[in-house]
Amino acid sequence: MPEKLTSRNLLNQLQTRHYTNAYAAKIKGQLVGWATSIFPQEFCETMDLTVVYPENHAAAVAAKRGALPLLEQAESEGYSMDLCSYARINLAYMKSQAAEIPIPLPDFILCCNNICNTLIKWYENIAAELNIPMILIDVPYNHGYEPTPAAIDYIKSEFGECIRQLEKITGRPFNHEGFRKVMILSNENSRAWKRVLDLNQAVPAPLNGFELFNYMSQMVCARGRQETGELLKLLIEELEEKIKLGKSCYEDGEKCRVMWDGIACWPHIKHNFKAFAKNGINIVCSSYPEAWVLLYEPGNLDELAKVYSMIGNNTCMEYQADKREREVKNFKLDGILFHVNRSCKVMDFMQYEQQRLVAARTGVSIMNFDGDQADPRNFAAAQFETRLEALKEIVAHHKSAKKSKEVTNNDPA
Amino acid sequence: MTQLKELMSALDNAAKHPAQVINKCLEEKRLMIGCAPEYCPEEIVYAAGMLPVGLWGGLTSIKNANQYFPAFACSLVQTTLELGMRGVYDGLAGVIVPAHCDHLKCFGQDWKVAVPQVRFIPLAHPINRKLEAAVEYLKSEYSRIKSVLEEIGGQPISDQALSEAIEIYNDHRKTLREFTLIARDYCTTITPSLRHNVIKSGYFMDKLEHTQLVNGLIEELKKAPPEAWQGKRVVLTGIMAEPNEILDMFEDYGLAVVDDDLAQESRQFRTDVPQGTDPLEGLARYWSCMEGCSLLYDPQKNRRFMLKRMAEESRADGVVACIMKFCEMEEFDYPIYKKTLEEAKIPLLYLELDLVTPSLEQVRTRIQSFAEMISRKR
Repeated sequence: MPEKLTSRNLLNQLQTRHYTNAYAAKIKGQLVGWATSIFPQEFCETMDLTVVYPENHAAAVAAKRGALPLLEQAESEGYSMDLCSYARINLAYMKSQAAEIPIPLPDFILCCNNICNTLIKWYENIAAELNIPMILIDVPYNHGYEPTPAAIDYIKSEFGECIRQLEKITGRPFNHEGFRKVMILSNENSRAWKRVLDLNQAVPAPLNGFELFNYMSQMVCARGRQETGELLKLLIEELEEKIKLGKSCYEDGEKCRVMWDGIACWPHIKHNFKAFAKNGINIVCSSYPEAWVLLYEPGNLDELAKVYSMIGNNTCMEYQADKREREVKNFKLDGILFHVNRSCKVMDFMQYEQQRLVAARTGVSIMNFDGDQADPRNFAAAQFETRLEALKEIVAHHKSAKKSKEVTNNDPA
Repeated sequence: MTQLKELMSALDNAAKHPAQVINKCLEEKRLMIGCAPEYCPEEIVYAAGMLPVGLWGGLTSIKNANQYFPAFACSLVQTTLELGMRGVYDGLAGVIVPAHCDHLKCFGQDWKVAVPQVRFIPLAHPINRKLEAAVEYLKSEYSRIKSVLEEIGGQPISDQALSEAIEIYNDHRKTLREFTLIARDYCTTITPSLRHNVIKSGYFMDKLEHTQLVNGLIEELKKAPPEAWQGKRVVLTGIMAEPNEILDMFEDYGLAVVDDDLAQESRQFRTDVPQGTDPLEGLARYWSCMEGCSLLYDPQKNRRFMLKRMAEESRADGVVACIMKFCEMEEFDYPIYKKTLEEAKIPLLYLELDLVTPSLEQVRTRIQSFAEMISRKR
């Protein structure tokens, strides 16, 4: 009897296929693009273009412990050690193509700075070094709560320019009816992804955060595709079944529910997972995977512009604090572990104030640790473990203080 | 000669002691608006009758700003926030903060909380700046800033006042361009440090007054024949060449600054604001016309060719990359122009600069070695 296909197996198949298909396309002489992880993929999906995602690739390289030689190569070419490690890995890979998981070199690149402005500098260097066209969709930083009407108009104009450039690069016209279909499918997948994330509001949570990071890669690479919908459907069924049975993702139960704030520490992900499991702490949500919930009315370009502009990193202090406050409440969080990620300045430089704001509003326990998304040198296992234990102790202390307060309040004497 | 010395001293003093200039402004009850790096529409502030004051950090230790920034934020934002938190900028009626890079985006948001007594006036430039829609969008940003300044000043800003401010600023730009050209011929009198201070003093003075002083300086310089320079000639590139001590080191080792590609210096004045019927549109279009800065979208990296040309035209013996530590915008450009300059056989020195914990002796060794290296070369 054939083994039942699990969502994890299907994810592995789809991710392998994503990379092998990209290589096959290149060999066949088809155009291949590189894109930033939250580029409006609706445009390239409509054009049926093969696109790979360097951030996803760099994370995979780092998780397989292949980052260090590439980081050192980039540094030898003059890139500072202080620069984003994803960028250093990718810029070195572009020259040497030395990685366990190969990706084809691009014929064009697609950049949207809704995560950070570092991406623009990184992609400029790719465009200049390979002498290939770069399409930029700039979403101005939202210093107010949401984009101004003028910013929306500007972004929409960039959409038009993006279409014009894609038509020029491919020599094919843009299919507006197909565009609509891609938007519908992308929204269905985003809704399903949101459902996956929300199912983790259950106590105990059915999925641990490290698995969330893995499934997320499918939303990065193919959120406008049919097969992503199939994967998410299967995952939702599995999670609903676990919830029905009251199953935790840890065998001995879930002692503490936290949010992982920031990107994963890919080179040390196994260590991090074990440290969490040892302490019975579960990551039930994260600011990171939620970024790929992109919901808008299909066909409404104002909404498309707005949703891509309002990625967490591109929003103001108040918006970010409101979002975290909602997550603390919805996911019944005991704590938040903040990753002070040496690579990701835009995530780090408002983090201290975010910690104060969210703690004051919700009373949630806060802890942070120093790490890096892909440079294994910027992480100390001992510090991480100590911080995690401290978080567990603070949460336990808060819980017991809360309990004794409740007892005192109910004491008829 | 006395006149020349007086002018040099006045400009040098203004750069070294901005508080004196600013106190004068406070006495005159003229409102001041801080302009954070790197590109602010100072003309709108000026048209409002206020004094735009450049905020480019300063050499100081961090005692408060670490509540907002980890140690790996660039020292420009760290020290500016530190000074703000210490109340140094309390005399300002507001501060305009552009969101050019990730550090500045966060700096503005942190300022709002950490320095609530000095009003935060945000600005987000369009990066796809060659599109016509970018001009429209930036005009809307400037229009918002104009309204904020009208509210602060309690009076409307007319188009005529804006056009006049643009003219005054363009005149100032032209004067500084002329100064940097003339300064090349008087490398003994115009030391690297003085050259920097002549330009920097403009951040704390009324542009009309500054233009007048610099023009006076140019006239006085021209009275003497060009000076023979026995040392070597360098071009500086980067955000800024501070702390000031490093410029004294250039002088110590016989290096003259013959041109610069610094955001704090020539990048501010090498392009003029286009004149037209709509002054706000002109200011917005200016952003589309500028070239060759790490903060300006440049997918062909034309900056590398501009830098090469600059070094050749100024007959420089080398280029010095003044890299503000943790400045990603400059750090990404460096490997690209390094390659171009190497191919052109133009010597290049990488200087990592920091306003918080400057390793000045290390910098000294590097400058000394570079000076020796280029002396042997040609």
